[in-house]
Amino acid sequence: MKQRNILIGILLIAFYLVLYFAMGNNIIPPFQQVNIYLMGINIIAAVSLNLIVGFTGQLALGHAGFMAVGAYVSAVLTMKLGQPFLVAIVAGAFVSFLLGILIGLPTLRLKGDYLAIATLGFGEIIRGVLVNIDYVGGAAGMNGIPKLTNWTWLYVFTLITIFAIKNFLNSTHGRACIAVRDNEIAAETMGINTTRYKVLAFSMGAFFAGIAGALYAHYFFLIQPTTFTFNRSFDILVMVVFGGLGSLTGSVLAAMAVTALNALLIDFGGLRMIIYALLLIIIMVFRPQGLLGTKEFTFRSLFREKEGGTASVKDKSPN
Amino acid sequence: MLKTNRLTKTFGGLTAVSNLNLELEQGELVGLIGPNGAGKTTVFNLLTGVYVPTEGEILLDGQNIVSKKPYQITALGMARTFQNIRLFDSLSVLDNVKVANHWHDKYSLAGALLRLKSYYTGEEKMTNDALELLKIFNLEDKRDELAKNLPYGEQRRLEIVRALAAKPKILLLDEPAAGMNPNETHELMELIKKIRDMYNLTILLIEHDMSLVMGICQRIYVLDYGKIIAHGTPDEIKNNPRVIEAYLGEEA
Repeated sequence: MKQRNILIGILLIAFYLVLYFAMGNNIIPPFQQVNIYLMGINIIAAVSLNLIVGFTGQLALGHAGFMAVGAYVSAVLTMKLGQPFLVAIVAGAFVSFLLGILIGLPTLRLKGDYLAIATLGFGEIIRGVLVNIDYVGGAAGMNGIPKLTNWTWLYVFTLITIFAIKNFLNSTHGRACIAVRDNEIAAETMGINTTRYKVLAFSMGAFFAGIAGALYAHYFFLIQPTTFTFNRSFDILVMVVFGGLGSLTGSVLAAMAVTALNALLIDFGGLRMIIYALLLIIIMVFRPQGLLGTKEFTFRSLFREKEGGTASVKDKSPN
Repeated sequence: MLKTNRLTKTFGGLTAVSNLNLELEQGELVGLIGPNGAGKTTVFNLLTGVYVPTEGEILLDGQNIVSKKPYQITALGMARTFQNIRLFDSLSVLDNVKVANHWHDKYSLAGALLRLKSYYTGEEKMTNDALELLKIFNLEDKRDELAKNLPYGEQRRLEIVRALAAKPKILLLDEPAAGMNPNETHELMELIKKIRDMYNLTILLIEHDMSLVMGICQRIYVLDYGKIIAHGTPDEIKNNPRVIEAYLGEEA
């Protein structure tokens, strides 16, 4: 177990260094570098949305709204108030987290699809509010945000997100969330405060979406209210569904695949959305549970198929 | 220990349970029987807080628990199983049981996220407690199996294990023997008696299998159209004309 952790640690550092030098020396062309950054940001967004939709079973359609909050709060802090980047990221994530609680508390008490509608509205409200605040540039948005997001920040925060959510899911708190998804009534009669755990998962997801937004703002140095519309929420949801509701590694792989696909299709111009839609339909017809379903991709599973896992989400044996 | 006063539940114009007075003493094993649709499961849903009663009160150790949430009632010492099995399908057998450990044994969120010592000791305690219970019900070999892949009889047993893991004082069993053959039913009977003595439980059970009800219950309540029509020892119930009428219909 220890050895395996060390091996994973070494692999993660090696991967970091390889890309660090490859991008530093422009072995990877700048256009591809943009895609790598987008992949990181999308991974954070998709993994955190999967916590809400896939693991806790609450359909939320406003993830981009939380990204917008993280992006704007952090941009104001670095650009206008001269705060360090780390402070800005954490503040952006925290404001997002608080908004998550604020929206989650009234809506998550209700059973059914209320959350989907409420979060859909939330995303639009955020956009509407931002358009009307002159301090953050109104409809023109904020331009000239310092380009502080580098490979190290991106990589570290992507890993923090994945490991924090993985650790959460493999704990009694994460099991409580999965229990809520599987059977809410049974979860509640087994002593779980279901509202509390739904709100917790929702606001934790919002927290990490805020981080994704902050990283986005400080890489593309231009953010506008239209950067974070429903379309972006939908894109993230597509990644989550494509990777498998309830699979963290699925979300990671799908976020990379969808980002790469978008980059590949850029040459097709108008045909792009049609091809994209067709691919989605094909995937849903042939693999409705997503790439990985609820399973996790592990190195162990590569070598030893069908071995009974230990009592954790990550090591679940194939069903 | 558990007492209801004039407990009533109406759904629109339908009175599912009316003026129910039920009483359980510490350590008792009591049966609740009645024809289909008599309102037995509604009574369970009222007792565990899934439904809020229209009228009346429920006293648990003298404390009125009406309008408390189900998870709060669980924490006060009541746990149940479900007639239509409600396991956490995508979790393993072990994790299903550990979910019920959550309310009394949880460690902090920070401990979980940062993998502090509290996480490891907490998980270890939960696993050991869960395995101990699974062993009693002969399910410890299936610990890593997904709950949905268990055969029916084992799913029923797992439901009881999970309820026990919530550390109840009062255990409500909703048709624990449904779908079991006579042999399995007999084993289950012995198990129910055993856990009552081991954990000093008070048990209320709904069951259609008369051999089980008559075999282990000290007292029986008979419910029909939401009302208690008879109450007494198994022998009294067997010979009660109103009970026979409710089950078999009136003579023409």
